[in-house]
Amino acid sequence: MIDAADTAWMLTATSLVLLMTLPALALFYGGLVQAKNILSVLVQCAAVAALCSVLWFALGYSLSFSGDGPWLGDGAAFFLQGLARDAVHPGTKIPESVFVMFQMTFAVITPALIIGAYVERIRFAAVLVISGLWMLLVYAPVAHWVWGGGWLAKMGVMDFAGGIVVHVTAGVSALVIAWMIKPRQEFPQGIRPPHAPWMVMVGASMLWVGWFGFNAGSAVSSGADAGMAMLATHLSAASATLAWMAIEWIKFGKPSLVGAVTGTIAGLATITPAAGVTGPMGAVAMGVAAACVCYFAVWLVKKKMGVDDALDVLGVHGVGGGMGTMLLPFVALVGAGGGTLGQAPSQQFVTQTIGVAAVALFSAVATFIITKLADMLVGLRVDREHETQGLDFATHGETGYHINR
Amino acid sequence: MKLVVAIIQPHRLENVRQALTDIGINGMTVTEVRGYGRQRGHTEIYRGAEYTISFIPKLKLEIGLADERVEDAVLAITKAARTGKIGDGKIFTLDLHAAQRVRTGETGEGAL
Repeated sequence: MIDAADTAWMLTATSLVLLMTLPALALFYGGLVQAKNILSVLVQCAAVAALCSVLWFALGYSLSFSGDGPWLGDGAAFFLQGLARDAVHPGTKIPESVFVMFQMTFAVITPALIIGAYVERIRFAAVLVISGLWMLLVYAPVAHWVWGGGWLAKMGVMDFAGGIVVHVTAGVSALVIAWMIKPRQEFPQGIRPPHAPWMVMVGASMLWVGWFGFNAGSAVSSGADAGMAMLATHLSAASATLAWMAIEWIKFGKPSLVGAVTGTIAGLATITPAAGVTGPMGAVAMGVAAACVCYFAVWLVKKKMGVDDALDVLGVHGVGGGMGTMLLPFVALVGAGGGTLGQAPSQQFVTQTIGVAAVALFSAVATFIITKLADMLVGLRVDREHETQGLDFATHGETGYHINR
Repeated sequence: MKLVVAIIQPHRLENVRQALTDIGINGMTVTEVRGYGRQRGHTEIYRGAEYTISFIPKLKLEIGLADERVEDAVLAITKAARTGKIGDGKIFTLDLHAAQRVRTGETGEGAL
């Protein structure tokens, strides 16, 4: 039976999640790059969104959500064949069409998150090859493992809205691609600062709101779970924003805008897996932990590992999502309003950790192969000269800003 | 005639304009420029990483003047642009060989 209230909320949530990629993530990332590369980032986000939507329709949805084998779905829903207008998604009260579309927006934003790793130097064709293959060969299987009745679901892994499926996969894969494509020419000494911090803030704010669709929509209903998920999501984002600001204020004497909104995103990524079982107090704890750990992780990747994960996809998303998944059994118990765990907390922690580790390992290996393949097919990097000139004109023939020129 | 070229901190422009107006100098051309002198740029911090900004935004003022006005003008600009901190800028005075008002065709000091 289709429930009108559930369906209405899920239509809304789906729209919010698409807004997270177009334009929220595009602006968030676009503001962080140099002025000569702004358009390349925007067009990469738009193209990945379009490509992965079509691939989701053709193959992805079926591989993730059709059939209940341990490793991969089946081909029964390729090209959404046999999708009846009035079909209800099993276990929910919403139309199958809405579930397909809601999940599509997740399959769109996850490869788009990875864009942050390779900006300012990648060939556009490589973006398409990597994103398309990655969505089918990394995202779809992992979504099946965790959400489609696969082996991690059977093991009892809890991932409400995608700490593992979205953020660990994207974060780890981002690191692998950043390492394989090698740093930007000027890295680390000569890297230019973000060209438009205001744009970063606008994008992050829209991500914050869009995340309500992402997390509260993952209840796949419009009731109590959605309500508490939204509250937890907001509180985690707010406390992480304050905590990141505090860290910078103490360390550098000035609280920065880019820092504050990076804290926001860290808080959002971290609460994502736990938004379904966390009460308000647990969410605040999660947010504070997000800022402290992600701040450290960003520094570690850039300074210690020397990998040019340009916009800190691993440090903010991967580490946040992974940490949230592993802290989940503990924050669920903090204060009122929490949900129930599937297993005893210590056992759940082990299960969660296995889930994170297995998916991280699989993502790293699969992404390595995909990136190698893309390198052989189309090449990963633009010419040195084009990199210096900027991808906007060199690759797309357009210029972002025509002021005083 | 002389051309006074002053490089100043952007936020001192209104001060300088007022000071020049006060001594009867009405007219200047302002350009947004970037550069560095002894200040050697500054650093900005994003997500904990330091970025060196070598070329800092400044404003360049160009003012054509009769010889006898130059000293007053340079003094006024110096007073109005000065914050006392490093990076306050420089003032150059150059000989000006000719001037012509486009609308009327006047030449020399009458065109200034």
